[in-house]
Amino acid sequence: MTTTALSAIALETERTNRMTRRLQRISAAVRYLILAGVGLVMLYPLIWLIGASFKTNAEIFADPGFIPKEPTLNGYINGWKTSTPYTFATFFWNTFLIILPKTVGTAISATAVAYGFARFEFPFKKLFFATVIAILLLPNVVTRIPQYLLFRDLGWLDSFLPLWVPSALAGDAFFVFMLIQFLRAIPRDMEEAARVDGANTLQVLIFIVVPLLAPAIVSVCLFQIMWTMNDFLGPLIYISSVDKYPISLALKLSIDTTEAFDWNRILAMSVLALAPSLIIFFLAQKQFIEGISSGGVKG
Amino acid sequence: MAGLQIRNVEKVYGNKFKAVHGISLDVKDGEFMVLVGPSGCAKSTLLRMIAGLETITAGEISIGERVVNNLVPGKRGIAMVFQNYALYPHMKVFKNLSFGMRLQRRPRAEIESGIGHVSRLLEIEELLDRLPKQLSGGQAQRVAVGRAIIKKPEVFLFDEPLSNLDAKLRAAMRVRLTSLHKQLKQEGLSSTVVYVTHDQVEAMTMGDRICVMKDGRIMQVADPVTLYDRPENTFVAGFIGTPEMNLFSARLHKGASGASLEIGKQRMALDPSVMARLTLGDAGEVTAGIRPQHIAPAAAGASNTLEGRVSHVEFMGHEIYLHVVIADNAFIVVTQSAGFDRAKASEGAMHFTVAQDALHLFDPVSGKNISLGS
Repeated sequence: MTTTALSAIALETERTNRMTRRLQRISAAVRYLILAGVGLVMLYPLIWLIGASFKTNAEIFADPGFIPKEPTLNGYINGWKTSTPYTFATFFWNTFLIILPKTVGTAISATAVAYGFARFEFPFKKLFFATVIAILLLPNVVTRIPQYLLFRDLGWLDSFLPLWVPSALAGDAFFVFMLIQFLRAIPRDMEEAARVDGANTLQVLIFIVVPLLAPAIVSVCLFQIMWTMNDFLGPLIYISSVDKYPISLALKLSIDTTEAFDWNRILAMSVLALAPSLIIFFLAQKQFIEGISSGGVKG
Repeated sequence: MAGLQIRNVEKVYGNKFKAVHGISLDVKDGEFMVLVGPSGCAKSTLLRMIAGLETITAGEISIGERVVNNLVPGKRGIAMVFQNYALYPHMKVFKNLSFGMRLQRRPRAEIESGIGHVSRLLEIEELLDRLPKQLSGGQAQRVAVGRAIIKKPEVFLFDEPLSNLDAKLRAAMRVRLTSLHKQLKQEGLSSTVVYVTHDQVEAMTMGDRICVMKDGRIMQVADPVTLYDRPENTFVAGFIGTPEMNLFSARLHKGASGASLEIGKQRMALDPSVMARLTLGDAGEVTAGIRPQHIAPAAAGASNTLEGRVSHVEFMGHEIYLHVVIADNAFIVVTQSAGFDRAKASEGAMHFTVAQDALHLFDPVSGKNISLGS
C-alpha cells in the first residue's frame, strides 16, 4: 500500500463526512422551519388579539394584519371603565378572591387526601378510591343541578362559597388522583427514616412528603389557577350581582349591555385577563414541567 | 445501654402468608448481631418489626427491659440505616443529621456539638453544606450512619447498608463500621447492633454472633467460628463458607473391622473419632459434608482415598479450585497453587484424601448435623 493510495482514501472519507454533515444541517433547517411554521399558526390568534387590542374599532374589521396602523390605548381606557358602575379592578379582585382560597385549599386538601390514599391502609380504602375515580369520570354537567339545589339550601347563592369550598375540600378528583400517582413513585424509605427519627404522621407529611411532592403541588396550583380564571359556567350559575362578577363574566358583560359593542374594548380586556395566567405559568414553568412529567425524584 | 429480646415473634400477611415463624432471639448489650440469609428469608421483615415499621402479628419484642410492641418507631430508642441511605433529598447534610434532634426541640448548642462530634467521627465535616444528590455513594452512606449515631440510640439497626456500594468501597466500609462499633463501645455509648445482610462475607467478618435465617425461621445462632466449624444443619453448612461445602449422599456402614462411608461405588474407612462424634448411631443413608479446604489431592501411595475425575481447573492466584466428579457427585477442592501439578490434573483421574476431623454427617431427612458430638 502506497502513501498516495492511503491519502486518496483519507480524502474520500473526508468528502463523505462533509456531505453527511451538510445533509444533517439541511434536515435540521427543514425541521426547524416546519416547527416554526406550525408554531406561528398556533400562536397567530393570540398575536392578532394583542395587535387588535391596540387598533381602532373600524380597523379591526378592515385589516386582517396584526400591526395596528394607528395604535391607540382607547380600548384599554374605555374597557377598564366598563359600562357598569365598577371598573375592571373590581372584577380582577373578585377573581382573586375566588382563586386564592380555592388554590390554597386545593393544595392542602388534595395533598392530605392523596397522602392518605397512597400511604395508609384503612377500611373500605378500595371503595373510596373507586369513588374518587368515579368522580373523575363523571361529566361535570351531571352534578350541576343537585349541587345548585344544595348550595341554594345552604343559602350560598350569589356568594363565592360554591365556587371554592368544594375544591378546598379535595372535591377535585383529578388533582387528588394526580398527587396519588406522583406519591406512589416516591420511595417510602425517607418517610420511614423520618418516623424512626421520631416524626409523627403530620410531621412526616409536612417535613418530608410535601417538599418531595412540591413539583406536583405546583402543577396542581397552576392548573387550578388557570382553570378557575377560565371558568365561565360556575360564576354564571351562582353569581347574580354585578359587583361580585369575576373576569370571565365581566368580559361577557360588555358584550351584553350595549347594542353596538366596541370590539377593541373586549379584546383589550381579554389581553389583560390572559396576562395573570401567562405570567404565573412562565414563573413556575420549571416546576410545572417536572410536576406533570412525574417521577421527579432522583437519587 | 440495652440488649434486645425477641420472643416467639410471628408475622402473617393478610391472614394467609406466614413470613416469620415464631422467632426468638437474644441480642446482648453491645453485641454486633448479624441476620443473614438468602433473599426472602424474612430477615429484613424481622428488622423492620424491631424498628416498628412493620406490625407484629404475635410475640413480643423488648429493648432493654421495655416491651416495645406498641411503641411508634421514634419512641423505641432505635436508629436505622437504610439500604439506599434514605437521606432527605431536600435538606442539606447538616439538616439531615439534625432532623431528629430538631423534632425533639433540643437546644441549638447540643445539636451543634452533636453534629460536630459525629462529623469528625465519620469525616463528613466538609459535606455538611451539601445536598444529598451532591454526595457520592460512600459519602451518603457515612451521612446515613451519622444520622443514626447522633441519636445515641440503644439499638442500631442496619438494613443491608453496604449493598449499594462497589466492592472496594464495601470492603473499606466494613472495616470502618466494625471499628466504629468498637469505638462507641469504648466511649461507653450503647452499641447494640442488629445488621441485616445477604452477604455471608459481611456476616462472618463483622458479626460477634450471626443468626442464619431461612424461610422465616432461625437455622442457627452462633459466633462465626462455631458457625463455620460446627454447622447445625445442611443449610448453614452450605450457606457459610466460600466455595460452599460439598454435600453429597452416602451410606454409613458399621462392621466389626470399623465403620466406613460408601459413596457411589467407592468406600472410605472412617476414623473411630468420627464415630465417637456421631449422636445418631444407626447405619444407613446420610448426607455427608466436607469443605473444599478439607479435601486435598492425595500424596503418592496414600491409602483410604477417593478417586475422582477433574473436570475443570480454576486458577484463583494463591489457590486453585478443582472441580471434581467423585462417584457422580460434583465436588470443589481448594488446594494451594504452589507446587500444584496442573499437568497431572489434566490427565483426569486423581485421588483425594478427606480430613476426617472436618467431615460432617447430616440426617438426610431433617438435615440435622449428627456428627457434632455431645
